[in-house]
Amino acid sequence: MITHSKLINRWAKPAIFILALLPFAALLWDGYTDALGAEPIEAISQRSGDWILRFLLLTLTITPLRRISGWNELVRLRRMLGLFAFFYACLHFLNYLVLDQGLDLAFIMEDVIEHKYVLIGFSSFLLLIPLALTSTNAMIRRLGGRRWQKLHRLIYLIAIGGVVHYYWLVKSDIREPLLYAVLLAILLGYRWYHHWSRTMSGAAQNGQINPTLQNIVGANSFAHKGNPVKDN
Amino acid sequence: MPPQGVHRGLRLSGKNALQNQIDIMLKAYHSDIKPSEITDREIYLKRRQFLQGGAALALGLTLPGCDASEPKPAASPPPTSPKKKLIAAKNEAFSVNETQTSYKDITRYNNFYEFSTDKEGPAKLSKAFVTRPWTIRVDGEVDKPQVFDIEDILKTFPLEERIYRLRCVEAWSMVVPWIGFALADLIKKTGPTSRAKYVAFETLYDPKQMPGQQTGLFGSGLKWPYVEGLRIDEAMHPLTLLSVGLYGEMLPNQNGAPIRLVVPWKYGFKSIKSIVKITLVEKQPPTTWNISAPGEYGFYSNVNPKVPHPRWSQARERRIGEFRKRETLMFNGYADQVASLYTGMDLKKYF
Repeated sequence: MITHSKLINRWAKPAIFILALLPFAALLWDGYTDALGAEPIEAISQRSGDWILRFLLLTLTITPLRRISGWNELVRLRRMLGLFAFFYACLHFLNYLVLDQGLDLAFIMEDVIEHKYVLIGFSSFLLLIPLALTSTNAMIRRLGGRRWQKLHRLIYLIAIGGVVHYYWLVKSDIREPLLYAVLLAILLGYRWYHHWSRTMSGAAQNGQINPTLQNIVGANSFAHKGNPVKDN
Repeated sequence: MPPQGVHRGLRLSGKNALQNQIDIMLKAYHSDIKPSEITDREIYLKRRQFLQGGAALALGLTLPGCDASEPKPAASPPPTSPKKKLIAAKNEAFSVNETQTSYKDITRYNNFYEFSTDKEGPAKLSKAFVTRPWTIRVDGEVDKPQVFDIEDILKTFPLEERIYRLRCVEAWSMVVPWIGFALADLIKKTGPTSRAKYVAFETLYDPKQMPGQQTGLFGSGLKWPYVEGLRIDEAMHPLTLLSVGLYGEMLPNQNGAPIRLVVPWKYGFKSIKSIVKITLVEKQPPTTWNISAPGEYGFYSNVNPKVPHPRWSQARERRIGEFRKRETLMFNGYADQVASLYTGMDLKKYF
C-alpha cells in the first residue's frame, strides 16, 4: 500500500520541485532567445515578482488545506514552497540591485527611502531571510518548535508586505494586486476563524502541544500521526 | 496664475514670427547636441550579451557558434508590411542626433490603456482597429469650427519627419522618428478667438473597438474618453506635433493611429492618441491622469528631473535598448526651446 507520506516524498516533492523551477527556466530561455520584450529588466522584475506572491500564497495554503482534508502529510511540501518564494525573491532583489540600479548604492538608498513601495518590498525581502536561514531541521531543533513557530509567523507580515508592494507600484489598473489581496485575505481569514473557533470551544487549551520537528516539516517517523497539530 | 501668452510671437500673426522662431531654434539645436548624448552602442550590445550569456551559462549551453548571441543593430528598419508608406522630408532642425529606438520596440512596447494596460497588449488588441473613415472636429473658441477628414489632413498639411525624444512618466524613454506637422498649422486654419487660452483634446470613445474602455473604472482605473490639454502657447509651439506616421509609414494602430499628439518636452501621457476632437477653451481643461491621481500627474507634466513622482524618481531614465540608466534632462532636453514658456512659474507647484 502506498502511504501518503511515500506518495509525497517519492512523487509529489520531486514533481513540484521541477514544476517550481519552470518559471525560472522560462525566464532564462526568454532571456537567451531575446524574448523578454523591449524592457528585459522590467520583464524579469514582473515575472519573478508574480512568482514570489504565488509561492507565498501556496505556502500559506498548506495549513488550511491539511486541516480541511485531514491530510497532514501535506506539511512536507511547505518548506519547499516557502524556499521557492525565497528563491524568486532573491532573483527579484538581485535583478533590482544589479541590472536595474546597476549596484549604485546612492540611488538604491534614495529609492528605498523615498518610495514607499520600494521600502515595503525591501523590508519584506529582509524579513524573508531569517525564515529561509532557519528552515533546516537542525535550526528547527536548535530554536525549539515554539520559538521557531513564532519566528515563522513573520510569513503573514511578509505576504501582506508583498501584496501591498504590488498594489502601491501599479499606476491605476489594480485588478491583479487586488486578486492577490483577496486570496491572501481568505488564507489569513481562515486562520483567524480557526483560532477564534478553537478559543471559543476551549479546544485551544487541550491542544496546547509544543510543536515538534515532525509536525513542522513532516519528518519520517510517524509516531505522531493523528496527534493534534498546531502550526502556522 | 501661470503666465499666459508668453509666446505671443507665435499667435496667429502669420508666417514671419513662426519662421523667426524656427531660425532661432535651428541655431539652438545644433549647439546643444553633445557627443555624449549619442547612444553608447557598446553598452547596448554588452547588455544583450550579458543577458544571453548568463542564460546560456545557467542552462549549461555552450555559446560558440550560436547565432542567437550575435548582436543585433539597435535600429532595425521596419519589416516589409502592406502599410502605406508616407513620404516626408526630415526636418533636421527639429531632430535629435541620437540612436533611434528600433521599429520593433516602438511598436511592441506601448501604453495605450484603451486597448490594454499591459505594454504588449495594444499591439495585439489593436490589429482590427478601424481608422478610416476618421474625422477630427476642431471647435470651441474659434471663428471657423471645422470637421477635418483624415485624408484631407494628409493632403493639406506638408508632412515632415522629426526625430524626437519620448520620455514616459514611468522612467523609460525612446527616440522616435515621427512623421507629422505642427499642431499650430491646424489650429490656425480655424481662427482662434482671443478667449482661446487652452486647447482640449479627446480620444475616440468606442468600447466595441477598444476593449480597455469596456471595463470602465475597475479595469484600467481611468475615466473614458481619454482627455488631455495644453495651454495655447504650448499648443502653438512649433515643437508640438500632430503625428500621422513613424519610421516612414502610417502610424501603427498601437501608436495612436490615425493621428496623435506629440509634445516632446512633456511626459508621454500628454501626447494623446487617436484624436477625434480638439476644442479651444478659455479655462484649463480636465486631463485624464490628473483626474485619476491629482497628486501624481499635474496638468503641465513637463519632464523635470527635479520634481520626483511620489512613487518613482524622475532623475534618471532607461532608454529602451540600453542597459545603464541615463540622466533625465530638463524639459527632456528641449529646455532651450521651451523653458521661456514657463518663466516665473514655480514648476514644483505646477508640476
